[in-house]
Amino acid sequence: MRNYILRRLLQLIPVLLGISIAIFAVLRLIPGGFASGMLGIDATPELIAQVNARYGLDQPVVTQYLKWMGGVLRGDFGQSFRSGAEILPEILTRFKVTAELTILAAVVSWIIALPLGMLAAVKRNTMVDRVVRVVALLGVSVPGFALSILIILILSLTLNYYPPLNYVSFFEDPLKNLEMMLLPSLILGTSMAGSVMRMTRSSVLEVLRQDFIKTVRAKGASERVAIFKHALRNALIPIVTLIGMQMGSLLGGAVVVEQIFSLPGLGQMTLTGINNRDFPVVQGCVLFIAFVYVLVNLVVDLLYAYIDPRISYD
Amino acid sequence: MKHLLEMRNLSIDLFRGKKLPPVKLVEGVDIDIDKKQNFGVVGESGCGKSITCSTLMGLLSFPLSVGEGSSLRFLREDGTESELTSLSRAEMRKIRGKEISMIFQEPMTALDPMYTIEDQINETLRFHTDMTRAQMHEAALEMLRKVKIPRAAEILKDYPHHLSGGMLQRVMIAIALINNPRLLIADEPTTALDVTIQAQILDLMNDLRESYDTSVIMITHDLGVIAETCEEVAVFYAGQVIEQASVDAIFHEAAHPYTAGLLRSVTSLGGAQKTLYAIRGTVPTAGNFSAGCRFAERCEYCQERCRKEAPPLAVIAPGHTCRCWLHPAQKEGTA
Repeated sequence: MRNYILRRLLQLIPVLLGISIAIFAVLRLIPGGFASGMLGIDATPELIAQVNARYGLDQPVVTQYLKWMGGVLRGDFGQSFRSGAEILPEILTRFKVTAELTILAAVVSWIIALPLGMLAAVKRNTMVDRVVRVVALLGVSVPGFALSILIILILSLTLNYYPPLNYVSFFEDPLKNLEMMLLPSLILGTSMAGSVMRMTRSSVLEVLRQDFIKTVRAKGASERVAIFKHALRNALIPIVTLIGMQMGSLLGGAVVVEQIFSLPGLGQMTLTGINNRDFPVVQGCVLFIAFVYVLVNLVVDLLYAYIDPRISYD
Repeated sequence: MKHLLEMRNLSIDLFRGKKLPPVKLVEGVDIDIDKKQNFGVVGESGCGKSITCSTLMGLLSFPLSVGEGSSLRFLREDGTESELTSLSRAEMRKIRGKEISMIFQEPMTALDPMYTIEDQINETLRFHTDMTRAQMHEAALEMLRKVKIPRAAEILKDYPHHLSGGMLQRVMIAIALINNPRLLIADEPTTALDVTIQAQILDLMNDLRESYDTSVIMITHDLGVIAETCEEVAVFYAGQVIEQASVDAIFHEAAHPYTAGLLRSVTSLGGAQKTLYAIRGTVPTAGNFSAGCRFAERCEYCQERCRKEAPPLAVIAPGHTCRCWLHPAQKEGTA
């Protein structure tokens, strides 16, 4: 087990190296550099050259990359071109917001999706099943931003309620913090719930058709034992895989929802960085997001072994 | 009630939608199972033998259901009689795994891959007894020894994927017998196993039957298995019992052309036959049965009457019934 984890962590190195090269190149390939973005359309070529020289953008790309990578390896992600702030501490601060949002959204989606998905599987082809399937389809197909705007509109027009705009951390004021997180996590949670619900339904349905469920019933088990103890556990692997992927991508920041609810998360930081052509910020964020994504996948793989005794990494 | 189980006019319906009448997959089955009897049920795939036995366990699920007018009377442990077709789900659960248990065809898929053998044996005990963990452990250990599993203590901690098919079938037998049931239904218990393992499992079942007072219904398509294990046989064809008799009578005085055909298709080592015998044609699908005898289309002796009128199940000798117009006893119209 420990060897497996070590091996997986070693595999991280080429993955992150590849990603760092790709993002570094892409940023420099897209039209419009940092200088012209900052100086506006009236900037003279001399001024642009001056700015480029100041941030080292006039050096050869390989030199720039090696310099940046050298810093990253020493834990120094550099400073933002725009604000001059250290990047890594900001990523870590913002990651706390994003992580909280992700966890809350995931919990919301499980509370909705797992019971409803199982219910639909057990009562397949009945009215209950049809309703659940339509709801799931809606959850999958309505985009988060549309839902967010709709909910804010409804709440503000009918109840005169506005979600708070100034972020406070959970440790400063838990209630205020949860109030801020409530709507965004509900919205993200419901859109995640759609696909989890569908996966739960089909996965449980498949397990219920298997022979051993008949054995369990033949032993005199109640439906509750057959479904929760046996069917659900066997159905869990694809569900956990899907949840892992969802959480992995959410941990990279829910760009739209963070923007709408003005949550200072990772997604917002990346988006601002891209808009400003703030190269070190975007590079740092993308690298960090990739790292988190791969880690989440590792956790999911380790969970497999915990759920299913047939899977072992020894 | 002098039998352990009395099936009367048992039929199984297949629901086809609200506007269509249900198809009868099984029809008019009358079978009595005595205490400590070994009863064989033979037939081709799809003839209704397996769903008949699922019905005994109350395990039919939509779109299948027990047809109107069916009766399954079962003599309970406490001496009372229960009509299985009208028991509540909770009552039926008390019978399943305790008074009637079942062994399935595919031991490799019959156990939950996520739990240890001990968990799965204990489950059966937990549903029906108040044993403590330690008592359950002892009982499981003893049961595994009875089904002749070596290293029983280690096997208890194993998961199903650690064991071979033959071992798993032994575990299934252990699970089925641990609550000392009155009736054991074995649905093709040896079909999925290697021939050498088949013999071991049949021997084991024969041995265990001696020590438990359990009646066995052996469902199979293998007449060899019937010959080795049963006293009485019912032959199923297209959802009906077409012949029922003692094993001796079936093997030596088969009256129905279908039974005779089945017996002729059995090959034996060192036999003089050059080509394999096969009954021509295929089983008609449920819903497309002719008005006459269901075997008529495939029967070598088919006559005019066979196509028009369905023969009743007639007593042709003491303890021997047959559903065929050709038999002389049929003319008296007994049934």
